[in-house]
Amino acid sequence: MTRRGALTLSVLAAASVAALAVVGFTPIHSASRDRVFAIPKGTWARRMAGNKVEILPSQIRLTLGVRDILVLRNQDDVPQIFGPTLMMPGQSFRLPFERAAEYTFACTAHASGQMTIVVEPNPTTPWARIRWRLAELASAAR
Amino acid sequence: MRHTAARCATALSVLALVVSAGATRAAAPNSGPPALKAGTFDPPRQAPDFNLLGSNGGALKISSYRGKVVLLAFGYTSCTAVCPITLNTFAVARRKLAAAAADVQVVYITVDPQRDDAARMKKYLGAFDPTFVGGTGTEQQLGAVRKDYGISARKLRAGDSYSYDHSSFTYLIDRSGRIRAMMPYGHSPDDYVHDLTVLLKE
Repeated sequence: MTRRGALTLSVLAAASVAALAVVGFTPIHSASRDRVFAIPKGTWARRMAGNKVEILPSQIRLTLGVRDILVLRNQDDVPQIFGPTLMMPGQSFRLPFERAAEYTFACTAHASGQMTIVVEPNPTTPWARIRWRLAELASAAR
Repeated sequence: MRHTAARCATALSVLALVVSAGATRAAAPNSGPPALKAGTFDPPRQAPDFNLLGSNGGALKISSYRGKVVLLAFGYTSCTAVCPITLNTFAVARRKLAAAAADVQVVYITVDPQRDDAARMKKYLGAFDPTFVGGTGTEQQLGAVRKDYGISARKLRAGDSYSYDHSSFTYLIDRSGRIRAMMPYGHSPDDYVHDLTVLLKE
């Protein structure tokens, strides 16, 4: 390997370590701890027309201290069973979680009849922060 | 070559900053600490009234309890999994509230009218707390109440017997008769004490 090549690799390795350090050691602060799902206006009409409308995933992942409040909003014109609860038009429901665990709720919107909420511990170690941030980035890209 | 390395290093740094910043972006502007441990409704709606047969032998209407904070749950006396734990949690919470518990009413509506008549419910509920009130009625009456409150109840046959898979959460109804919150199954008596204390002070 040439001296220039070795220098390039060294620079890249140092930059990679620095980047990981930034991602791993920067504390995670979130201006909002809400994870929001909304039933848009017209959903009931679309369902009545025979369209399959999936709004809530069968599994929702939350993180303690960062994003640990599930917020459901019914923006449609009719009452809806949304996740675990009945919601009137224009109503919202805000459910906080304080323990890392897996929660199962009855949910008629899913074929399994269940909705699972996985609440993960607060990522306090560098590796946990890196994993959490990469998962968030992947989720945002989807 | 050196320029390429510099560009790669810059790109990695930018990526790190994007990942750090992107993961911490705000999802919504309103995110203060929740006042209650239970999930809260905004705006709260008036609890739909009903007219059932109470375990005390009289009429059971939710509107009769205006001025009190009501814990409203659905289940059945033969339930071996969820109901005994929930009702015991209510009883412990009421004991912890001491004198303030006088303004807390537990209302427990059966999903199993075939077995749960008023006398059976009174005996069952009295084992947890004599102040608890049960409600029963016809299949049609109870079905209408469940629909109004978004409660599911599915009968599961097992040989000659049967059980129910039913909603396990509890509604918290304030002194004005509004459904303020819904507590999922499994919360501790202390969580109930916390939320009841907040609602009782209003």
